[in-house]
Amino acid sequence: MRKIELYTPLSEKEIRRLNIGDCVFVSGTMITARDAAHKRIMKYMAEKRKLPFSFDGLVLYHCGPLVRKVGDEWVTLVAGPTTSMRMEPFEAEVIEKLGVRLIVGKGGMGEKTRKALERYGAAYGAFTGGAAVLAAKHIERIIRVEWLDLGMPDAVWIFEAKNFGPIVIGMDSHGRSLFEIVKNNAEKHK
Amino acid sequence: MNLEDLIEDVAVKLLQLAVIKLPEDVKASLRDAYEKERSPIGRIQLKAILDNIRLAEETGLPLCQDTGLISFYLKAGSRFEGLDRIEKILRKAVMRATLEVPLRPNTLDPFTQKNTGDNIGRNVPYIHWSIFDGDFLEITAFPKGGGSENMCALKMMKPAEGLNGLKKFVVESVIKAGGMPCPPTIIGVGVGGGANIAMDLAKMALLRPLNERHPDSMVARLERELLEAVNRTGIGPMGLGGDCTSLALKIEYAHRHPASYPVAIAFQCWAARRATARIYADGSVECLTHKDQIIS
Repeated sequence: MRKIELYTPLSEKEIRRLNIGDCVFVSGTMITARDAAHKRIMKYMAEKRKLPFSFDGLVLYHCGPLVRKVGDEWVTLVAGPTTSMRMEPFEAEVIEKLGVRLIVGKGGMGEKTRKALERYGAAYGAFTGGAAVLAAKHIERIIRVEWLDLGMPDAVWIFEAKNFGPIVIGMDSHGRSLFEIVKNNAEKHK
Repeated sequence: MNLEDLIEDVAVKLLQLAVIKLPEDVKASLRDAYEKERSPIGRIQLKAILDNIRLAEETGLPLCQDTGLISFYLKAGSRFEGLDRIEKILRKAVMRATLEVPLRPNTLDPFTQKNTGDNIGRNVPYIHWSIFDGDFLEITAFPKGGGSENMCALKMMKPAEGLNGLKKFVVESVIKAGGMPCPPTIIGVGVGGGANIAMDLAKMALLRPLNERHPDSMVARLERELLEAVNRTGIGPMGLGGDCTSLALKIEYAHRHPASYPVAIAFQCWAARRATARIYADGSVECLTHKDQIIS
């Protein structure tokens, strides 16, 4: 198994080199967004409004962290991934229009996302669901928060990460999905 | 300390214990899965899970950021004082635990989407009562994450499909769920009764210790057979492929209506958080899920 270190901003070239099954560790900027944030992103794009953050070359993290405010600063307590499939209706458009290069979540995503990853040169990585203390250990600090009115889990948290992983590439930019391979194989063993 | 304060303190500590430290049977089962897993990617997942369990215990932080929607399962002795006040006390305990542990605020109004911020809402925390002839109160704190909950399934099968239909439904649900419920999972299966009874039984099955076999040998055999079938799918840890898809499968049943054959499946992620304590009439407290823990 290949182990690869990545640093944001990520280029399309770097992402095209990744294959399903690769194990990556990411350093740089990771931005969280769950269902409610995705809905708002869609609304902003439909109204041609400028987003208060940019995903260009960065990591989109499906995560609703548990954080605490200490003085004026937000501190990450624990921050594992959430189920990515809930964001399936929105993600292809986010990949196409906002320049996300790596999506990190758990459980994998669907056909629309698989095609968008292939077409626009992005990848999807799985971080172990529930391993939230381990995840937080690799989040150095919270750069800032946006849309806190959505509530703690659904706000957009901008993290600075160091060596965040192990992330297993579950869907690559060559149209392959490890989740689909595993499921098709499971169908044969019913 | 008066009894009400004691119950509140015990409930806060049970929530804290549940979200930080898994019961010994769950940890042992995950260690065993890691030993046996042959897929390298599956091993990476199980290693991260075991590391995370250790880190949570060392730091005293919740092991998963999703500290769940909160349920309490109560076994209440009919002679235990003040049962009418328990629900109020438990709501207060949840509010306190949300600040003190802390727990992620996870309770939203389904119409306005507003987060209440304190894990208290209409019918939340959910409280499940069973009353028995006795004088102690047993409280199980059961915070359950949304990822596995979303995979729960109910099928009102045709009685003619019978046991074969049930087996097919379980395996198909596991494949459909894939990596989404955070495998290796624990699966609760409720059979019979009506729709609500079947799902209630499936949830109750998740409360059983993993190493405990069903007292009915026919049901115990079916549990083993279904677990093997589930693990043969190769869905594996986090749906990335491997030997261990589920740690355990537990069945509970009720008699059914001639026309109905309800089957409910409750998925529990590997972070199977539950903590149980008994409060005796003399004010002494015993923790049943975490033997080395002194609760008060």
